Amino acid sequence: MNILVFIKRVPDTESRIRIDREAKSIVEEGLNFVLSPYDEYALEEALRLREAKGGKVTAVSFGPDEALSTLRKALAMGADEAVLIKDDLREAYDPLRIARVLAAFVRARQADADLILFGRMSVGSDNAAVPPMVAEMLGLPQATVVTKLEIGGQEAAACREIEGALEKVAFRLPAVVSAQKGLNEPRYETLKGIMAAKKKTVPVVTLAELGLSGEEAVPRVEILGLELPASKQAGKILPGTAEEAARELVRLLRNEAKAL
Amino acid sequence: MILCFIEIRDGKIKKSSLETLAAGRRAAEALGLPAEAVLVGTAPEGAAAEIGAAGAAKIHHLQNPLLADYSSQGFALAVEGLVRKTAAQAVFFPATAMGRDLAPRLAARLGVSLASDCTAVSVSGGRLVFTRPIFAGKAILTLALPAGPAIATLRPNVFPLDAEPGPEAEVVPHAVAIPEGAVAGKVAEILGESGAAIDVAEADIVVAGGRAMKGPEGFARLSELAAVLPRAAVGASRTAVDAGWIGHSHQVGQTGKTVSPNLYFAFGISGAIQHLAGMSSSKVVVAVNKDPEAPIFKVADYGIVADLFQVVPALIAEIKALGS
Repeated sequence: MNILVFIKRVPDTESRIRIDREAKSIVEEGLNFVLSPYDEYALEEALRLREAKGGKVTAVSFGPDEALSTLRKALAMGADEAVLIKDDLREAYDPLRIARVLAAFVRARQADADLILFGRMSVGSDNAAVPPMVAEMLGLPQATVVTKLEIGGQEAAACREIEGALEKVAFRLPAVVSAQKGLNEPRYETLKGIMAAKKKTVPVVTLAELGLSGEEAVPRVEILGLELPASKQAGKILPGTAEEAARELVRLLRNEAKAL
Repeated sequence: MILCFIEIRDGKIKKSSLETLAAGRRAAEALGLPAEAVLVGTAPEGAAAEIGAAGAAKIHHLQNPLLADYSSQGFALAVEGLVRKTAAQAVFFPATAMGRDLAPRLAARLGVSLASDCTAVSVSGGRLVFTRPIFAGKAILTLALPAGPAIATLRPNVFPLDAEPGPEAEVVPHAVAIPEGAVAGKVAEILGESGAAIDVAEADIVVAGGRAMKGPEGFARLSELAAVLPRAAVGASRTAVDAGWIGHSHQVGQTGKTVSPNLYFAFGISGAIQHLAGMSSSKVVVAVNKDPEAPIFKVADYGIVADLFQVVPALIAEIKALGS
């Protein structure tokens, strides 16, 4: 199987986000960047499928030069190859732009991919829109937010998380699948893997090399503002024993907060 | 015209799609446009009255035997045809599992971007402005989608229904042509549907537990509390999920679900930044923790500094007493 995994470099989930209101962007200084958590599940699934069925895993990231370290981590975890599609534009929160670039990459360099894996969303932009968009642009079926994936020949079945239940989707390969937490338990990179990853070269592809004219790579989303959420005032601490506090809480939730 | 997608699950209209319709109607009114509903596949009984009451005068019912079961490809193709036929200026979806699977696929077919999981929609200078939390709510982005139609998914539990119910809607059937081979994947079955289980992202009340729950037995106590509350679901912190005490579909936070219930109970949750991000848009927050310094108290409207294993049974007793 030829498996493609798209990964992204994002601020770690423990990060405190600061805003540059003028630039309408987050302040990257001081942030710790990691491989987006959902992308780890996607990569792990790719590695397991290769181990079971043979083939090749290629990790691809669209981003700045700094994403090279994220790709090195993917290689250290066990990806066979890694490619950086270089982007010098700041995060534009535009899933269409990203999807156009990734679909162009697949057409130009990986047209024989059997499976295209993503994390269910990149932590941060939180759109969860790129996987279905890439599937549509390539005319492929999709299964998003997947917690179980079974592949037999060209037939595949995936369980996707829906409200209060799981939905089983049947589809044919090639296809796009996005990974949800629970799909697997990602491995740690080994020292041997890290050493091997250092020896590999990571090719860098430009948008021009993918045949994307300037116009196609222009963001279609107009950012009007970026703010921190309104901060909340700490409320009342209810005194007394557990029973007294519980009684007072129920009274306040009914009469004051009107929440019961 | 603003088209609002009506989601059918288990033969019923999902409440979040009626919220989406109400939000669409208000936005459309501010633009001097109508809001109309789009329903794909099998229409449940009474749909015209229910959708009319929620604010649409017209329902576009898209029909083809291949649309009986949900498929992202079939549904996107069908809705795209209607958007082109009606020259709709915007299409709103509920930000549900289906809405978030489908809307980006439609946007790609139309060659436009989209705004996901919006918590506000307004009109400014004659155009739609969308507000959406990013980093699970650590920052709030406002954006416009200049290349129309504007596609957006709207977060459940955030947009109120209209107080004044409208009259029954007119149903306009449309036969959809689906080319051979255009649908290569579809829903085979729904697993584990209990009918009673409310998802943590859609519940009116979330009863969440963290590290101090100590194990799955602790979560059984929270389920008992959820059972005596209306439309309540059990939530969990990442620590509790990673420990295997409860399934990940219950996780609230930056690598779980972002929730906006009317009432959020945090039992034994210290309040890690990635958890606070996921529940900060809750309307009323109650924190119960033995540690008075726990950061969760900083975002709580009401706090109890005590052992949760004493507070939970006391709360169950108090709430049962209310009902009798």
